[in-house]
Amino acid sequence: MAQLIIPTPLRKYTANNATFTTDSITIEQAIEELTNEYPEVKPHLLDASGRIRSFIKVFVGEDDIRSLNGEQTELKDSDVVSIVPAIAGGAL
Amino acid sequence: MQEEIQLSKEELARYSRHIIIPEFNIEGQKKLKAAKVLVIGTGGLGSPMLLYLAAAGVGTIGIVDFDVVDDSNLQRQVLFDVKDVGRPKVEAARERILGLNPHINVIAYNEHLSSKNALEIFKDYDVVADGTDNFPTRYLVNDACVLTGIPNVYASIYRFDGQVSVFNYNNGPNYRDLYPEPPPPGLVPSCAEGGVLGVLPGIIGSLQANEVIKVITGIGETLSGRLFSFDALNFTTRIFKVAKDKNNPLTGEHPTLKELIDYQQFCGIVPEAVPVVKEISVQELKQKFDAKEDFQLIDVREQHEYDFVNLGAELIPLNSITEQQHRIARDKPVVVHCKAGTRSAKAIAALEQYGFTNLYNLKGGIVAYAKEIDTRLPVY
Repeated sequence: MAQLIIPTPLRKYTANNATFTTDSITIEQAIEELTNEYPEVKPHLLDASGRIRSFIKVFVGEDDIRSLNGEQTELKDSDVVSIVPAIAGGAL
Repeated sequence: MQEEIQLSKEELARYSRHIIIPEFNIEGQKKLKAAKVLVIGTGGLGSPMLLYLAAAGVGTIGIVDFDVVDDSNLQRQVLFDVKDVGRPKVEAARERILGLNPHINVIAYNEHLSSKNALEIFKDYDVVADGTDNFPTRYLVNDACVLTGIPNVYASIYRFDGQVSVFNYNNGPNYRDLYPEPPPPGLVPSCAEGGVLGVLPGIIGSLQANEVIKVITGIGETLSGRLFSFDALNFTTRIFKVAKDKNNPLTGEHPTLKELIDYQQFCGIVPEAVPVVKEISVQELKQKFDAKEDFQLIDVREQHEYDFVNLGAELIPLNSITEQQHRIARDKPVVVHCKAGTRSAKAIAALEQYGFTNLYNLKGGIVAYAKEIDTRLPVY
């Protein structure tokens, strides 16, 4: 089972869970599974057309999925998937 | 240039713990003395950075900030003292780091970094260290560094999370390769929901200072092409690879950005349109309390804000206001408040769609009430 790491700013939408384990075989499916389980997180991860938002990076291990196979990147059991949003500090 | 740089007897003594490190030695120390580093922001990240860079002997340090020291800064901005509250940050910072190291030169820019002044300020520096607290300035600093060819040592924090990287160094990636676009304003937590663990910028700002010193001296391997990420809550550290993006508008295959732009606009930040609604001043609210008038007081902030300070109002957070409208009276005046008046104006505008005509927005919110009426109340 691959493991998704939920960043702290999004944990309030995942019942404060920091990780999510998945049997999905691609990034796209894993994120779909996550957003089905926690619908509130969806608008924060995906844009209206269902693509991962441009201020969110997804890494498998240390590699950006952009340098792998994008959202079709396949997941192995031992993979750790990190969701890393842009953060800018306290003020906005 | 290093050949011309000399260290006095006092400096040799002061920096002896650097000089006796074989990889660092006197050459590293001379490089530090010759270096000009511009620190953007004298907040949580800038505080440890400025202290360490000054202590380490960076010869010229520029500091940019437009803010004044506030009580609420002291929880994490260790550069400042109680006596500094109310002073311009760059002035207090300059005094503090010159007190720590009189052998350095400190230049204070008590101004807002903008597209108008950034290139002019940056051009005199060798390294920029970005310790700002908002997306428009992040992109401004990045773009100005790329346009002037200056490395950008980057760090960012939010609540329990920290990130560090080195951008635009030795032909490496920049911030736009990592994050092409900022989040739209509605999707990021607002200042009221934000917050940061006080010690986190101490940790992350120190790592940032470490990268600045490595960029200057050329020792070790910087975080160029890598993003360091720290979760203070779980104590998880990770390092990710950052690759160049061929679509980067500054440095990609078809660059379209050749000059600085309007970064507020780029980040989708338009001056917030506050709905025009009926208002009541904090003095008028006080009179209503004193006269024991029959009215309802509604607070549309979040529970954690309410727990921090409240006026005894009924709490109905903005995002549930229309669902909870049955709790709001229609037969007497209702005063609605939030922290500063924006959320409550939105709440009233939303409720007026449902036919409410008896709602009044508390001008300036609970902050104004705390400042003008009841100074025992804490502000945030």
